[in-house]
Amino acid sequence: MNGAGRGYAAVRVAAARPGAKSETWMWIAQRASAALLALCVLVHLATIIYAVRHGLSGEAILARTRGNGVGLAFYALYVLAIAVHAPIGLRSLLQEWLGWRSASLNWFMGAVALALFAFGLRAGWAVFAAPT
Amino acid sequence: MKNDFRARNHPAWWAFLLHRLSGLALSLFLPFHFWALGQAFQGEARLDKLLVWTEQPLVKFAELGVILLLAAHLTGGLRLLALEFLPWRGWQKTLLAWAAGAALAAGLAFALAL
Amino acid sequence: MNMLQVSVWRGGGDGEYRSYEVPRQESQSVLDVVTYIQRNIDATLSYRFACRVGMCGACAMTVNGVARWTCRTHVAKVDQGGAIQIAPLANLPVVKDLVSDMREFFDKWARARGQFAPRATRKDAFARVASDSPGRLAADAGIECIGCGVCYASCDVVSWNPDYLGPAALNRAWTLVNDVRDGARRERLAAVAGDAGCHACHTHLSCSERCPKSIAPTASIAGLKRAVAIAAWKGEL
Repeated sequence: MNGAGRGYAAVRVAAARPGAKSETWMWIAQRASAALLALCVLVHLATIIYAVRHGLSGEAILARTRGNGVGLAFYALYVLAIAVHAPIGLRSLLQEWLGWRSASLNWFMGAVALALFAFGLRAGWAVFAAPT
Repeated sequence: MKNDFRARNHPAWWAFLLHRLSGLALSLFLPFHFWALGQAFQGEARLDKLLVWTEQPLVKFAELGVILLLAAHLTGGLRLLALEFLPWRGWQKTLLAWAAGAALAAGLAFALAL
Repeated sequence: MNMLQVSVWRGGGDGEYRSYEVPRQESQSVLDVVTYIQRNIDATLSYRFACRVGMCGACAMTVNGVARWTCRTHVAKVDQGGAIQIAPLANLPVVKDLVSDMREFFDKWARARGQFAPRATRKDAFARVASDSPGRLAADAGIECIGCGVCYASCDVVSWNPDYLGPAALNRAWTLVNDVRDGARRERLAAVAGDAGCHACHTHLSCSERCPKSIAPTASIAGLKRAVAIAAWKGEL
C-alpha cells in the first residue's frame, strides 16, 4: 500500500481528462513514427542523390526498382510511418490554427491516414513490383 | 490580450514555424508524389515524359525546395526528439544550429549532384 | 528634460493605448515609469505590484510585446528610440488597465493537481531526501517558480487552446511527480494528460525563453510527456 488513502492524500482522485489515453497514444505513435521516419528519410535523401548521379530516366529507375523485394518492403514501412505521422501533425494544425475541434476532425484525419496508406502502397507497387 | 510577433521573435519559435509549415507542405506534396510514382504502371515512356516535364527550371527549383523542406523537417524533428527525450538543459540553441546546418547540407548535396 | 514616450493600455479587454510623457531617469525601471504616471499624471491608472525586487511576481506586464517583470526591467534595456509600450499580460482577461485576471492561471495549477499530497502522517518521522538524488535534482530545477504568469502569457499553445494547463501549472506538477514524499503520482499523471495537458506542448520554448527565473518549463513538460507515456504503456492511465 502506498498510503494514498491516508491524510491529505485522501483528497478526491482527479478524474482523468478528456482524451487522456487517446492523446497520449497519439503522441507515442507520432514520436515512434518520427524515429522510424528519420531513418527512412535519410535513406530517401541518399537515394535521391544517388539517382540524380546515376541516370534519371524511366528506364534507369525502373531497372533498379522492378522486382526489388527489399525495396518494396522498405517502401511499405516508410508509407506506413507517413500514414501514422502526417495526420497527427495535421490534426494539431487544424485544431490550433483553424479551431476545428469536433469529433468530425478525428474521422477526417482517419480518412487521410487510410488514403495516404492506400495511395502510397499503390505507388510503391507501381515502381517495385516485378514486371509482368 | 493577444500576443503578436514580438512575443514570438526568438529562434526556437521560428524553428517551430518552419517545422509546422514544412510538415504541411510535405503533406500536400505527398499525393502528387504518389500520383507521379503511380505513373510507372503505364511504363517507362510515361515516366520519361514526367521526368522531361521536371527538367523545366521552375519545376527543378521547386524540387530543390521540396528536398530542402524534407531535410529541414527531418533535422527539426531530430531536434524535437532530442529536446523531448534527452536531458537537454543549456544546449537547445546548439541543437538548433546543428539542425539548420544539416538541412542546408542536404539541400546543397542535391544541388551539386544535379 | 529628456522625456520618455510611454504608450499604456487603458480600459478593459476592449480598451486602447494612451500616450504619456515621463521624465527619463537613470536606472529607471518600467515599474518606476508606471508608478510615475499613476502618481503624477493620472491617478486612475490601475496596476499591480508588491515587492519591487523580483520576489513576489505581481508586477508582470507586457513590455514592447514581451512579457516581463516590470520591476526588474530597466527602461534602458527595452526602450526603442525613447518610446515603450506597456500592456497587461496576454492570454488572460483584462480587469482594468494593466491588471489582468489571474484566476484561470491559478485554477489550472489546481487542475494539474499542483497540491502536495503527503504519504506520511504527522506521526511518522521526517522524510530524508538526499540532495543529490535524481528526483530531488529534477524537482530543484523547477521549484523556484513564484507564479508570476510570464510563461503563461508567452505561451502560444495557451493562445491556441485556452484549456491548455500551461507551463507554470505543468512545471509545478513535474516538481511533485519527482517528490518522493508525494502519494498522488498516478492521479497527477492522469490530470496532466489529455488534449489540454502536457502532450499539447509544441516545444516553442517561449516559456523557457521568457522565464525571469531562468526555469525551463519546457524541460519539465518533456518529463511529464515521458512519464505519462510510460503510464499509458503500463495501462496505469
